Amino acid sequence: MRGSLIIVAFFIVGVLMGRFIEMPAFVTEQDPTLYALYVLMFLVGISIGSDKKALQALKQQNLRIVLVPLGTILGTLAGSAVISLVLKDRSLTDCLAVGSGFGYYSLSSIFITQYKGAELGTIALASNIIRELLTLLAAPFLVRYFGKLAPISVGGATTMDTTLPVITQSSGKDYVVVSIFHGITVDFSVPFLVTFFCTI
Amino acid sequence: MLIVIGLMVSGILLGYLFRERNLKFVQKLITWAIFILLFLLGLSVGVNDQIMNNLDTIGIDALCITLGAVAGSILCAWGIYKFYFSKG
Repeated sequence: MRGSLIIVAFFIVGVLMGRFIEMPAFVTEQDPTLYALYVLMFLVGISIGSDKKALQALKQQNLRIVLVPLGTILGTLAGSAVISLVLKDRSLTDCLAVGSGFGYYSLSSIFITQYKGAELGTIALASNIIRELLTLLAAPFLVRYFGKLAPISVGGATTMDTTLPVITQSSGKDYVVVSIFHGITVDFSVPFLVTFFCTI
Repeated sequence: MLIVIGLMVSGILLGYLFRERNLKFVQKLITWAIFILLFLLGLSVGVNDQIMNNLDTIGIDALCITLGAVAGSILCAWGIYKFYFSKG
C-alpha cells in the first residue's frame, strides 16, 4: 500500500510540474520514456526468471491451480470486451489493453502510454489502481458471496504482493499458495497481453 | 513489440541462470524505473490540455472498464471454485 501511494505521488508531481512549469521539449518526447521502458522490461524479466516461488507452488498443488489465473485472464478480457460496447469512444482493443493490466497499474500504464498515448495510459493507470483498491476493500465480501477464489481473481497481478495479506485473511491460509502462483502467472502475462492488444 | 519481448525473454534467461545469486538490487532498480516512468507519464499528462480538460470522462471510462473486468473475473472464479475447489 505504501508503495502504491509513492507511485501515485510521483505521477501527481509529474502532472503538476507538467501543468505549471515550462518543460523543455525533450522531457515529454517519447524517446527517453522508450529507453527507460526497455530497461524496465529487461529487469522485470530477470526478476521473473530468478523467482523460485512459482515452480515450488506448482509442485505443491495439483493441476487445478492453473485454472485460477486462466479464469482471471479469460473473465477479465470477456468483461472488458462487453464494456467496450457501452463505451462508445473506446475501441474494443483499447478496453482489452486496459483490462490486461490486471491491477498492475505501473507497468500497464507505461506500456499503453508508449503505444496508444497518454490519454489511454492515464485510463489504464486509474482503472488498474481502482482494481487493486477494490480487492483491498471488498475481499471479505467477495469470499462470502462468490467463494474463496473471488478476491484472488479480482486481485489480478497483485495477489503475490500488495493484496496477499488481505487475501490470506479472507480466503484463509490454504489459499496463500494459490494466490502467489496466480499473482506470478497473471503478472507475467501483463506485458505480453498489453503489447498484443496495443499493436493489433 | 519484438524488442520488448526479446529484452524480457533474455532477462528471464539471465535471471534463471543467476537465480542463486543475490538479485535484490534488481527489485530496487525496478521500483526506481517505475517511479521515473510514472513521473514522465505525469508530465505528459500535465502538459496535455486535452487530457487535463477531460479528467472526468477519463475517470468514468476507467471505472467502467474496471467494473466490467472485475465482474468477468468474479464469474470465472466463482465457477472454478464451485466445480474444482469447494468439493475439496
